[in-house]
Amino acid sequence: MLIAGAFGLGALIVGSIFRPRRPYAEKLTPYESGNPPVGEPRYRFSVKFYIIAMLFVIFDVEAVFLYPWAVVFEKIGLYAFIEMIIFIVILFAGYIYAWRKDAFKWD
Amino acid sequence: MSFFETIFAPGAVDIMLNIGIILIKIAVVVGIVMAHVAYATYFERKVIGHMQVRLGPMRVGFHGLLQPIADFTKLFFKEDIIPANADKPIFYVAPVISLLAALSSLAVIPFFEGFVVANLNIGILFILAMSSLGAYGIVMSGWASNSKYSFLGGLRSSAQVISYEVAMGLSLVGVMIMAGSMNLTDIVKAQEAYPLKAFIFPQFLGFFVFIVAAFAETNRTPFDLPEAESELVAGYFVEYSGMRFALFYAAEYIGMIIMACLASICFLGGWNGPFEIPYVPFAWLLIKVYFFIFLYYWVRATVPRYRYDQLMGLGWKVLIPLALLNITITGLIKILV
Repeated sequence: MLIAGAFGLGALIVGSIFRPRRPYAEKLTPYESGNPPVGEPRYRFSVKFYIIAMLFVIFDVEAVFLYPWAVVFEKIGLYAFIEMIIFIVILFAGYIYAWRKDAFKWD
Repeated sequence: MSFFETIFAPGAVDIMLNIGIILIKIAVVVGIVMAHVAYATYFERKVIGHMQVRLGPMRVGFHGLLQPIADFTKLFFKEDIIPANADKPIFYVAPVISLLAALSSLAVIPFFEGFVVANLNIGILFILAMSSLGAYGIVMSGWASNSKYSFLGGLRSSAQVISYEVAMGLSLVGVMIMAGSMNLTDIVKAQEAYPLKAFIFPQFLGFFVFIVAAFAETNRTPFDLPEAESELVAGYFVEYSGMRFALFYAAEYIGMIIMACLASICFLGGWNGPFEIPYVPFAWLLIKVYFFIFLYYWVRATVPRYRYDQLMGLGWKVLIPLALLNITITGLIKILV
């Protein structure tokens, strides 16, 4: 764990050493094909992105539940397998509900 | 106790020796991977060039072999432009976070028996966590640049990365069931008992899901919507120039290499091959990784870009059910056999 931290820190230091420190006081407007920028760049965006984010949280937590189960699979045997199938079936019901509500439809 | 007493206390020398060995390992891994990143850009242009009946880079050195060095030198001495309205602190850290996340994942990859920087028990989980962390770099750069292109690119990319991350995480559960471990070294060892010393035959569904998700995770064609040149110029890093751009670019290629390593280790048996290659313990891993990197180029030269709704549909409606099916089948076989 410590090593990983050191590694990340190392990457950060390397990244900052490599950068040239010769800043010009040159201001550039955001790129818009050479035209002056029009309007506000951070405008309102599709609500679909929020839905995807929420679904991601649900499914990712589910995936995290599956990991320890998968690792000790050999030791816990049939009983845990059936339990996990029930869990996946319940989750799948929610998944089908989201599908029927067009949460995955994109337009 | 003074500083010197602490340093020369018995046991402390051992610790320092260990730290020294680890630092050397890190230096070796980073050096090798960075060289691979540089030449991956060259071979990408060369391979795609020849696939499209062009020559690719030819000018710098013999058949353009020095091109990556020329590119790097150019990027290194390029002026670093920061747009006037950018959110400066976030703009600064975004590429560093991208690179940090990509480089950290390298720590848990075993290149051959016994050679791994950090032999974590949660290797797979660590790589998945780091690839999620990479999404932060993308979101932050997209947001901080204060440009419409990068904003849209960042949004698209983050939605895509998190969608495919679920499928990727689920596709690896089958491997975990088979190996009974998340440690990548143990996973390779567990595969020795299987045909060709690989999980690919019992896990072909998981392998398929993993490969598709890996292409989407690394923003490669046919899922390169975040960087679609024809609509978004370059997506989230439009406003980045010089070395910062190079950091993003390096992070992307390191991500490719990591995904190739992970696919080789989890599904193709890592450093084990059908027969032994003497004196070069990492030869098989290298061959497999090169194959996957070649596959990236091949697909890029062959397949057109997906539409965004198709992309999301593929991720959520096809890959996730397939991955869940794979888990159920794997578990069932494991119970019955």
